[in-house]
Amino acid sequence: MPDGNWALASLRKLFTSGYYARTLWFTFWQAVVSTLLTLILALPGAYIVSRYRFPGKKLLQAFASVPFVLPTVVVATAFQALLGSRGMINVLLQNLFGLAEAPLQLDHSVLFVLLAHVFFNYTVILRIVGGFWSRLDPSIAEAARVLGASSLKVFFKVTLPLLKPAILASTLLVFIFCFSSFGVILILGGPRLATIEVEIYRQAVHLFNLPMAAALSLIQIVFILLMMWIYTALQRKQVVSLGPVARSGIQVPMRSLKDRFWVGGNVILILLLVGTPLFALVLRSFLSETGLTFAFYRALFENPVQSIFFVPPLEAVLYSCGFALVTLLFSVVIGLLAAQFLSMSKGRLSAMFDPIFMLPLSTSAVTLGFGFIIALDRPPLNLRTSLLLVPLAHTLVAFPFVVRSVLPALRSIPQSLKESASLLGASPFRVWRAVELPIIGRSLIVGAVFAFTISLGEFGATVFVARPQTPTMPLAIYRFLGQPGAMNYGQAMAMSSLLMLVTAAGFLMLEKLRVEGQGEF
Amino acid sequence: MGILDIQNLAKVIESDLVLQNINLSLQASEILCLLGPSGCGKTTLLRLICGLETPDSGSILYEGRDITPVDPHLRNFGMMFQEFALFPHKNVYENVVFGLQVKNWQESDIQKRAQEVLALVGLTELRQRNVNDLSGGERQRVALARSLAPQPRLLLLDEPMGSLDRVLRERLLTDLQLILKKIRITTIFVTHDHNEAFAVADRIAVFNAGQIEQIDRPQDLYKKPANRFVASFLGFQNLISGTVSADGGIDTPLGTVHLPQAEPSAGKTVTVLIRPEAAHLVEPSATPAAGELLVTAQIKDIRFQGAEYRLTIRTEKGECLVVNLPNDIQAPQTGQQVRLGLKESAMSVIEA
Repeated sequence: MPDGNWALASLRKLFTSGYYARTLWFTFWQAVVSTLLTLILALPGAYIVSRYRFPGKKLLQAFASVPFVLPTVVVATAFQALLGSRGMINVLLQNLFGLAEAPLQLDHSVLFVLLAHVFFNYTVILRIVGGFWSRLDPSIAEAARVLGASSLKVFFKVTLPLLKPAILASTLLVFIFCFSSFGVILILGGPRLATIEVEIYRQAVHLFNLPMAAALSLIQIVFILLMMWIYTALQRKQVVSLGPVARSGIQVPMRSLKDRFWVGGNVILILLLVGTPLFALVLRSFLSETGLTFAFYRALFENPVQSIFFVPPLEAVLYSCGFALVTLLFSVVIGLLAAQFLSMSKGRLSAMFDPIFMLPLSTSAVTLGFGFIIALDRPPLNLRTSLLLVPLAHTLVAFPFVVRSVLPALRSIPQSLKESASLLGASPFRVWRAVELPIIGRSLIVGAVFAFTISLGEFGATVFVARPQTPTMPLAIYRFLGQPGAMNYGQAMAMSSLLMLVTAAGFLMLEKLRVEGQGEF
Repeated sequence: MGILDIQNLAKVIESDLVLQNINLSLQASEILCLLGPSGCGKTTLLRLICGLETPDSGSILYEGRDITPVDPHLRNFGMMFQEFALFPHKNVYENVVFGLQVKNWQESDIQKRAQEVLALVGLTELRQRNVNDLSGGERQRVALARSLAPQPRLLLLDEPMGSLDRVLRERLLTDLQLILKKIRITTIFVTHDHNEAFAVADRIAVFNAGQIEQIDRPQDLYKKPANRFVASFLGFQNLISGTVSADGGIDTPLGTVHLPQAEPSAGKTVTVLIRPEAAHLVEPSATPAAGELLVTAQIKDIRFQGAEYRLTIRTEKGECLVVNLPNDIQAPQTGQQVRLGLKESAMSVIEA
């Protein structure tokens, strides 16, 4: 950057111009509303997965996680395919009632954006709060019940305060995703709605106003960093030592009608929320103007244009999986070390590093990718052509999730547990392996699942760092979407459906791993 | 009819019949112990009584009124959970007053009541302490104070001594009994330790595999266990088979004994329980006195237990017995031959 004058000018303009102030305000309030909506819808879901055993639960959880791993571009397109003016529901209603115009006019409305955010983030709260909830001793709530508290009072006076760390953690993550939402707003929000992230993109790519883009990035980073600092300070104060509770003792089968109502209601909600857009997406991948067709899938394996950028989709799948596995490994190692460090260090050091470890989350993916190119393109660290660059970028995005998943569990381990193990003659490493690891194991796996799926779906940074001949699946989809015509659109849908398949398969694998590992806990 | 009546109660959990045919009646201010091995259904019975579970059949009556459909928070019963289940996000005082707050007591009454119960359990000094920083014994007192605070009509204690060490257990057991008797509260106390049950209970119900084997006062239970299960659960080892003879006596490998029986009928096979305190040393030349059985035996093992020696002996006929001898005798040696008198007053017949 040549000199510092422009930055100040841009910053000043940010606050004096009504347009940018409106953008800041919109970014903020849509994130708040999206987060609250997600929380309200996902808390009952977290309750049923933590308390009940029912057939197909694992499958349902994996299913609910699918939206989260989809590239935001695909999420947006799936909602377009479902609720857009020419979407599945409108077409259905028009045909049923013979309407001339689409009855649902959601295009470019805030509601559309909010729905897509809930769809996308539902699983974050489901997993983090559900995981924490399943470790709460149910007799605490029962004690409150016997003491005379109605179910409602038990929830608000006992359960909710105990869940607070997990709710804060997951809510914060959701808020940040919504705050820095990009693809969803760009596609569903139309030209009138813009978050800071979208504005950065417009300024940088459409208007070539790099100073303004940089100023906006700065605002975003500062704002989120500030929030995280407040949040981590809050969280450290509210650590409650619960001690882990065996999972088997807690979860009960459905017995009463009320149980069935709760479980059934939430299963239906998940199926509707997650299922219908995905169904619309898959339907469109098989649907051309003339009816059902495999043409889009067949076309994926051909190269009619003979483009030099063409890479068989199968290779994109393989690259995606490879990158995701390396990312998982890196993120778990780095995330675990970071979480361990944070849980051991007290006071100012921890207070300082905690938000720093979250920094990659607050930076926009676009900025991150761009930064990678600028920072790592010359010796001694020239990774520009290395295959490692993509997993490295993904790790930077993914490891904060591992930290956030593991830290609450790590902090809930009573000091006496570790002390007693070391007094029993265990070396520090044995203490870690025999005491801490089994207790945090479940949270660690949750973090690892996140890392894997984030890598599979990551788009903003990958678009900068991946080389043309080693694309990931989201990149391949993006390329199809960028070209005109029903054929390309259909292929994008087909590729998205494939990505869904791969991520769902990966999830089921990890979920299975989790069940098998359970015996050791 | 008592204050609490349980009639033909049964409970199925995941197609397991965990409780069946449960009939109990509790008098006001009575302390009843549910005694049995783990997994016998006693905790489930507590959960049914306080409403955390619903029975599959049968009914629970409180003062003659069926409370089965009443929600747990409206029953006004107190329950102390096995691991105490204290609220980890509240301090001692906040834990204790929780039940009063949710029942919308006046703030001044809450403070007064909290002071009373905290003083009762001796925790006044620790009222502002975080419950995670308390010792096991202190946590138990908080749990007791919390369940007593709303003045429950019935107190349910689920293994209240379960997670405490032995010395602490004995002291707290005495404290607990004093407190319960002082406030004259009707109590059901679940334990798997018969010594605990003997120390606290007015009556004991022995559970086995979801059924009640026997309900009796502690001394009656001790002197006359209803069957082999109850006897072995109380720690009795000397169970000898015998046959009822024509004159109503019982022929055993150790000799013939005359014990009261419900329905003596010749040829019937019964079990004779010989409690360890039945034995005393006699001279080798002694002849049988009335109401006494003489055996010659070899000492296999000796354990000094303070007030007495515990001897494992093998009789000439090959029967193994465990008996206690007072500590004022000359210390016996392993392998030594002894002649013992066994008093019939410390024997009973188990007919089942």
